[in-house]
Amino acid sequence: MEALVASAVGILTAAGIFLILRRRTFPVILGLSLITYAVNVFLFATGRLALNAPPVLNKYKDVAYTDPLPQALVLTAIVISFGMTAVIVMISLSAYLSSKDDHIDMTAQDSVDAAGEDA
Amino acid sequence: MSLFLIAALPFLGAVFPALLIRAGRNAAASAAGLTTFLALMGLLIHIPSVMRGDVVTARFDWIPRLGLNANFMLDGLGFLFALLILVIGLLIILYARFYLSREDPMGQFYTYLLLFQGAMVGIVLSDNILLLIVFWELTSLSSFLLIGYWKHLPDGRQGARMALAVTGSGGLAMIAGMLILGNIVGSYDLSVILQNKALIQASPYYLPALILILLGAFTKSAQFPFHFWLPHAMAAPTPVSAYLHSATMVKAGLFLMARMWPVLAGTDAWFYIVATTGLITMLLGAVIALFKDDLKALLAFSTVSHLGLITMLLGFGTKIAAVAAIFHIINHATFKAALFMTAGIVDHETGTRNLKRLGGLRHLMPITFTIGTIAALSMAGLPPLNGFLSKEMMLEETVHTTWLHSHYLVPGLALLAALFSAAYSFRFVSHVFLGAQREDYPTHPHDPPVGLWLAPALLVVLVVLIGLNSAALVGPLIAVVTSAVIGGEKLPYYSLKLWHGFTPALYMSVVATLGGLFLLALHKRGEQVWNALPRPEAKVIFEAIIDALTRLSRWITDEMHNGVLSRYAIIFVAFTVGLGYYAYSTGTIGVETRVPLPAQIIPIIGWICLVGATLGIMWFHRNRLLSLVLIGVVGLIVSVAFNYLSAPDLALTQISVEVVTMILLLLSLNFLPTETPWDSSAARRWRDAAISVIAGLGTGALVYAMMMRDFAFPTISEFHLANSYKGGGGTNVVNVILVDFRGFDTFGEIIVLGIAALIIFALTESVLSTNVRSYLLNRKPHWPQSGDSHPLMMVVATRVMMPIALMVGAYIFFRGHNQPGGGFIAGLIVAIAYLMQYMASGYTWAIERQRFYYHGTIGWGVLIAAATGLGAWFNERPFLTSDFGYLHWPPLEEFEWATAMLFDTGVFLAVLGAVMLALDSLSRFAWQPGMAQEFPMDINPLRDSPPEQEQEKEQA
Repeated sequence: MEALVASAVGILTAAGIFLILRRRTFPVILGLSLITYAVNVFLFATGRLALNAPPVLNKYKDVAYTDPLPQALVLTAIVISFGMTAVIVMISLSAYLSSKDDHIDMTAQDSVDAAGEDA
Repeated sequence: MSLFLIAALPFLGAVFPALLIRAGRNAAASAAGLTTFLALMGLLIHIPSVMRGDVVTARFDWIPRLGLNANFMLDGLGFLFALLILVIGLLIILYARFYLSREDPMGQFYTYLLLFQGAMVGIVLSDNILLLIVFWELTSLSSFLLIGYWKHLPDGRQGARMALAVTGSGGLAMIAGMLILGNIVGSYDLSVILQNKALIQASPYYLPALILILLGAFTKSAQFPFHFWLPHAMAAPTPVSAYLHSATMVKAGLFLMARMWPVLAGTDAWFYIVATTGLITMLLGAVIALFKDDLKALLAFSTVSHLGLITMLLGFGTKIAAVAAIFHIINHATFKAALFMTAGIVDHETGTRNLKRLGGLRHLMPITFTIGTIAALSMAGLPPLNGFLSKEMMLEETVHTTWLHSHYLVPGLALLAALFSAAYSFRFVSHVFLGAQREDYPTHPHDPPVGLWLAPALLVVLVVLIGLNSAALVGPLIAVVTSAVIGGEKLPYYSLKLWHGFTPALYMSVVATLGGLFLLALHKRGEQVWNALPRPEAKVIFEAIIDALTRLSRWITDEMHNGVLSRYAIIFVAFTVGLGYYAYSTGTIGVETRVPLPAQIIPIIGWICLVGATLGIMWFHRNRLLSLVLIGVVGLIVSVAFNYLSAPDLALTQISVEVVTMILLLLSLNFLPTETPWDSSAARRWRDAAISVIAGLGTGALVYAMMMRDFAFPTISEFHLANSYKGGGGTNVVNVILVDFRGFDTFGEIIVLGIAALIIFALTESVLSTNVRSYLLNRKPHWPQSGDSHPLMMVVATRVMMPIALMVGAYIFFRGHNQPGGGFIAGLIVAIAYLMQYMASGYTWAIERQRFYYHGTIGWGVLIAAATGLGAWFNERPFLTSDFGYLHWPPLEEFEWATAMLFDTGVFLAVLGAVMLALDSLSRFAWQPGMAQEFPMDINPLRDSPPEQEQEKEQA
């Protein structure tokens, strides 16, 4: 089981990094989403894996519980990552609609233009 | 009055002039004056204890781990400086009221002035060097505002920038020096540091610390070669110059040297650095001052010269020189402030400060003439004025000083400086007031109203009185101050009197005075020689350095930060991988201590789906719609995996977030190109693939190694499990952690989420207000649109499901404390319920029925969460402490209430509002006119008469 989780995290990370190294906004967003999954599972795994031991207290029986703390951290991380994804989606969308270009890299010409606007 | 209050009063009072200026200039000035007066009174009630030699302290541990304590102390030295700052501050406030014209924003002026005053008082009362640094930097900033007060004058702006650059960079050096000093002693408290002279001077870090601290003091006190900022700061209004350059800003450096005197002085390094710098500055300032035609520039360089004098005295390192230094600080403050104010009056009344255009004012402005002359003669060092006394002491000290075995160098140069000093003082009097009356003053001069000359007149009275009877008037004060400076050791013998007999100092004074008169007589010729000499222009050099630094930093920024995001990403990833490899190759990872869980068939199938989908995304990422579908598969498997691995809360959260994320991405894909074109070369793709594979392998190996080992340290989770029910009143530990144990984190997180949603809203607003809107309106969709954009089946189904979905949301919310669920998940579920209406019935239809704004929902969520947390304060508990209990209302079952539920309500509202605001903003991109005419549901009994009735009508 551990090997499955570890390899899944590794593959998600690799795919995510490959995609954030692309040069258009959309693959970068996809890559960030994949990395988000990988990071969340990674954080979750710091509590170690356990089956049938949810951290919900049982009043009647003495049973084992898995580590609740990483779960609480990951829960908020999932929600926050939605916020982050939404913001970058809006930024890339606005950038594309304003410039009709979805490249993420500034070109040398862009730098010159930006300097011109500053002056 | 507590020292805290004395230091805080000017800062608190700084608000009032800015506000009261609406009530008139007198109100603003009175507010400023009253504040200063109160602080002064607070200081004066400490006179008895200070005069006894006690040290008044006020201590407050601010950040004890850093050694940063808000400790204040008041000893003789601090008292003298605080007295100067507040008394002269009061006089300046009076003077400025009449000096500034109607057009100048006076409220602003007094606010800046009080901020500056507060910072200065803070410096001189600090008992902690870190606190002192904070106030030190504040003086740099507030003096920047004061010097640049006349924003419309380019000179003012340049002068302010220069002052800030020079004193600010000196301040940075001083921070480093202070940190070294604190490290040597092991404490940042001055009272401790001052007890450790031997330890500090024996340390190998003594010299670096000394040089760095002196850099701070020299830049602030305008010592050579940093003297150039001071004359340029004269572009400020005269009250500012009078305040900053007589009693305060430039004296801060002297104060620091005097403060650190007990532990830093007495070494050769101290003598040669400080005394030499002071000597050069004294001479250089005096010579340049003689040839300045601008009245304020003359005074500025004379200030530089006198600061050099005091620095030199402190640099001598003897106790008697310290007495002279302290005495001269008092005297200089009195006569120099009076002189600056006189210069301001002359400028105000004649319209010029140019000595070449002045002269003969003694009959036109007799009061000003009297004040200016007495102050100037004191500066020249003539008896029986106070300047004479301290100058005599200075000359006397130089005679006893040898510099590199030379007995004549120091007294000789000091005499020369005193000679020039006398010359420019005489020039001040003679070229402004004496000589023939002229016809060509820019305006007709006469004495100003009493408000303008009262302040300098009071100072001049002091000049005379101190001169006549110094022992009685300032003797005790000097004794107390000096004993504070020399670290409580026995005072040396000295006497403050006019006549000491025929001493070398007396002869030197006579030579200086006569020489000064002689130089004045030769001034015309001397000026020609001076103007013919090549002189380095400090401002040009300074600007060249600044330009070079600007170009360098711009170059570095451009090289490092060239806007190519994919380059940043690859550097970041490669660096992280490198760090990981370094950690792996240098550390030990220990042995596996856990037994792996067996992999059953279903998880293996899930794994295959996940890996297949992930590889599919990589392979087909150019087809954007397909990759979205595949990423949905990944999210689904992840949430199922959470559920399988005993994390039901995570599974619920993941799957609901997955739904909203997919809707968001699909909506955005509507406006983006549907295909990603081929951009990168094959070589680049291979490089990226190689880096990703290495990073993926590393991450996978890391997480595997971690999962196969037990915790290195005992976890705190045991505490959470043990106390969740007892302390938090809930059995779902994850939820109790979120709303109770780590409620503050959650509070921060809902705020972050709310901010993210507001950013999205703001972006949408700004983008839609540009020509993007017209583009969107005329846009052709990527795909053929369906004939029925709001299919009946879907409309009906979502409306039927709406109450059910809300019910599920409520259920999930209420069970959250004890069973999987809670505010986060409930917020997402209810958001999905609303989004279904948007999708099925259309944006326009949905917002027509929207009763509340999502901004408000976010705000209420955060407020409710905060109010719940604050509620704990009323029970004298820390923020966010929760409480719970049980209620039994027949015929209901006994049920539990917990304040954490209220907090969770805040979380619920914030999440709901944030998700809705984000998606609502995105939906606005799709808005088209005419959408409102569509009827999402064709059968609406209220809209028009039902078909049956129409048929009946037809039949009738």
